[in-house]
Amino acid sequence: MNAVVSVEELNRYVNQLISNDSELRIVRVRGEISNYKRYPSGHAYFQLKDTRAQVSCVMFKGQFSQVAFQPADGQNVILQARAGIYEQDGRFQLVVYTIQQDGIGDLFRRFELLKNKLKEMGLFDEERKRPLPLLPKRIGVITSPKGAVISDIIHVLSRRFPGFDLVLFPSAVQGASAANELINGIKYFNSAKIADVIIIARGGGSIEDLWCFNDERLALSIADSEIPIISAVGHETDFTICDFVADYRAPTPSAAAEIVMPDKSLLAQDVIRLTNAFRVAHDRTIRDKYSRLNQLMHHRSLSAPKAFIDMQSQRIDYISQKLESSFNRLISSRSDKYSILIEKLRALDPDSILSRGYAYLTNPQREIIDTTTKAISEPIWNVHMKDGTITVRINEHSPDYSNEE
Amino acid sequence: MDSEIEKMTYEQAVFELEMTVKALENGSVSLDESVKLYQRGVRLSNRCAELLADAENKVSILTQTQGNNLAEKPFSPGREVPESEVPFE
Repeated sequence: MNAVVSVEELNRYVNQLISNDSELRIVRVRGEISNYKRYPSGHAYFQLKDTRAQVSCVMFKGQFSQVAFQPADGQNVILQARAGIYEQDGRFQLVVYTIQQDGIGDLFRRFELLKNKLKEMGLFDEERKRPLPLLPKRIGVITSPKGAVISDIIHVLSRRFPGFDLVLFPSAVQGASAANELINGIKYFNSAKIADVIIIARGGGSIEDLWCFNDERLALSIADSEIPIISAVGHETDFTICDFVADYRAPTPSAAAEIVMPDKSLLAQDVIRLTNAFRVAHDRTIRDKYSRLNQLMHHRSLSAPKAFIDMQSQRIDYISQKLESSFNRLISSRSDKYSILIEKLRALDPDSILSRGYAYLTNPQREIIDTTTKAISEPIWNVHMKDGTITVRINEHSPDYSNEE
Repeated sequence: MDSEIEKMTYEQAVFELEMTVKALENGSVSLDESVKLYQRGVRLSNRCAELLADAENKVSILTQTQGNNLAEKPFSPGREVPESEVPFE
């Protein structure tokens, strides 16, 4: 700055210098309020001081909604502000965003005391954590009905499991009445039994904002709950007593929604895989029985039934091969929507056994012939197939027959 | 038997279906049994599919009624809740 500048230019330059400093953009300062004055405009002006220094502060009207108490001279506070120059008179000042009462040291001490006490009571023990249901029928949520938390949770649930069922117990999540309301929510869900898992949720905030989640009675009712509870309080870095006692701690409310509800399409894949395994196992069972019968027929030189069995075995081989490959195709095409998969599942029908080429034997009394011993003692077999039943008269049993088993 | 399966949770139905597969894979079931297992397995599989079927989301809020009871009302988070509907604030 070699040129001669005006005072206004100088002040503006210095103000920009300060405003552009990342350290000064948000600064937390501890001190005592003095000369506090609130103007009719709604803005407040005061000095923040300690024993050796002081700084001018201004707090604009709009910021007061963030302040949970009435500032006054003599109060010890911590304020969040940005530093700057008031260009008209060149005065260095803080533009205040929020003010908190400075009792944080005390809060931390109380937090540690309660945490240790509950830990010794065994409330944090892993053994007493209840498992979460794999697929909850109804999710109880205790949080504020306003704000982003509940809509975040609903958004995530809609994505993971369309058709979910949620019931909200509205509760204050900060302030004097919050702990009681949270406790009422837990008690209500337990007595009405209208949810099989509970999420207690709140967005991020200061330690004072989150303080109601460090309530001893709240901790005890979480421990007493028969319904498993997920705690999702504040951001990932915030820890409350509620988090330690709950059966599961989620880093954020959205994460709680991810944890509580499985991905529907993945579950559908599981069911498809399992159903496939089930059908393959069933087909193998039937095929084993046929091949045993086939062996028997072969020994007995019963040429006509043997031809029939041969044909059936071949069909079974063909069909199960086709079945396996079509299911494999189904599973491997990941783009398939689960609803398509489920339609395929529904197409399974217990009566389709015969139509898939199987047959079974009974005697004329319609008792099933499923062993060689029964077969050899029956002179007449009814062979049931998909389009009806034929009767086979057995003229001759080989005299050298012996049960191979 | 059907109504029992209809009341099953997803966990129960999947677990039983797994057990059914194991029983079939075990190989020592009679024809009668295997037909029964097959029919039960299909119903279990259908129960799982039913639990995963498409449905509308249900979101409700508990609100205080006269006589200090709580009643459920439909809730959508976009809507600003009138003070009278927020029981504890």
